[in-house]
Amino acid sequence: MSQGVEIRDIEQREESADAPDDSRDDALVLGEYRFTSRLFVGTGKYSSNEEMNECLEASGCEVVTVAIRRANLDDPEKSLVSHLDRDRYTLLPNTAGCYSAEEACRYARLGRELLETDLIKLEVLGDEKTLLPDPVATLEATATLVAEGFTVLTYTSDDPILARHLAEAGAASVMPAGSPIGSGQGILNPNNIRIILDTIDTPVIVDAGVGTASDVAIAMELGVEGVLLNSGIALARDPVRMARAMKNALLAGREAYQAGRIERKLYANASSPSEGMVDGTGSS
Amino acid sequence: MDSLERGPGQAGACGPLPGRMLQVTINGETHSFATGTTIEQMLEALRLPGEGVAVEVNRSIVPKRTHQEALLSDGDEVEVVTFVGGG
Repeated sequence: MSQGVEIRDIEQREESADAPDDSRDDALVLGEYRFTSRLFVGTGKYSSNEEMNECLEASGCEVVTVAIRRANLDDPEKSLVSHLDRDRYTLLPNTAGCYSAEEACRYARLGRELLETDLIKLEVLGDEKTLLPDPVATLEATATLVAEGFTVLTYTSDDPILARHLAEAGAASVMPAGSPIGSGQGILNPNNIRIILDTIDTPVIVDAGVGTASDVAIAMELGVEGVLLNSGIALARDPVRMARAMKNALLAGREAYQAGRIERKLYANASSPSEGMVDGTGSS
Repeated sequence: MDSLERGPGQAGACGPLPGRMLQVTINGETHSFATGTTIEQMLEALRLPGEGVAVEVNRSIVPKRTHQEALLSDGDEVEVVTFVGGG
């Protein structure tokens, strides 16, 4: 029974899919911005800045996320200022660690002043254990920052109704977590991601929960516009190799989405001809 | 807890005025500066390059273009932020 439901879902998505035919010009457009890589990579948790830079390069990413924190007055080198090539990467400041709309908006304004960008990855967290977003405060902060002219990329849960509200509030991207931040559990509820994709026209980027390359491919095959990840690369045994794997998975998933997968069927369907078997057996 | 007191003779024509000191809190720590210290001079004293930080005084952002003129006042609560690794 679930098989039948699954097949209908896929047909519906194909009808509504608006994937571009030409993957050579497959830019990701977010508000006024246009990016060639659909993989956004975080800069946290690497064992060194050198390793971080090797991973960013291997991932092929164009957008990298950074956090806003107090400058270390005793050791200014703890900042990433001198370790990230700003001509190469678009820095996307986040509001990680903020637990109210007011606090998140304060960090967003600091990020804009610091990096001279109107891009903000908005995170308003609900609690420290789950790091799930506070939906009410997230919606409030999205509306406030959109009104202030920010290009708001909003981290959210995979709730389709909240996604709709965020899109209506003017988010440039709605970014559902595949699973809790840093959990590496992948896409726990692909159905909700599908419903979000079917509900809103705003670009959807899966943000958080990616554990390995197949998670990225699965997300992209669902039809999301991009994937944002950090721990999946930074904490892998070989981070640089995993960064490359993530890049390849993203391209594979994107192409598979654009190519259009075959229908899922309950029974087998032979690829080799049934005619012309020796001894004249088989159907003609 | 730097004490960045300057002697009266060190103050240039545009530099901090001699005499009275003011106390400000920067990222939660108390610092002393001469009256007339600008945000730019404060950042120089802290050895923080201006392009890598953003400054808030009493919860209002002080835009970079005004760092040269904006003066510290006694009791100011200053936040100096930068960007660090994050996802």
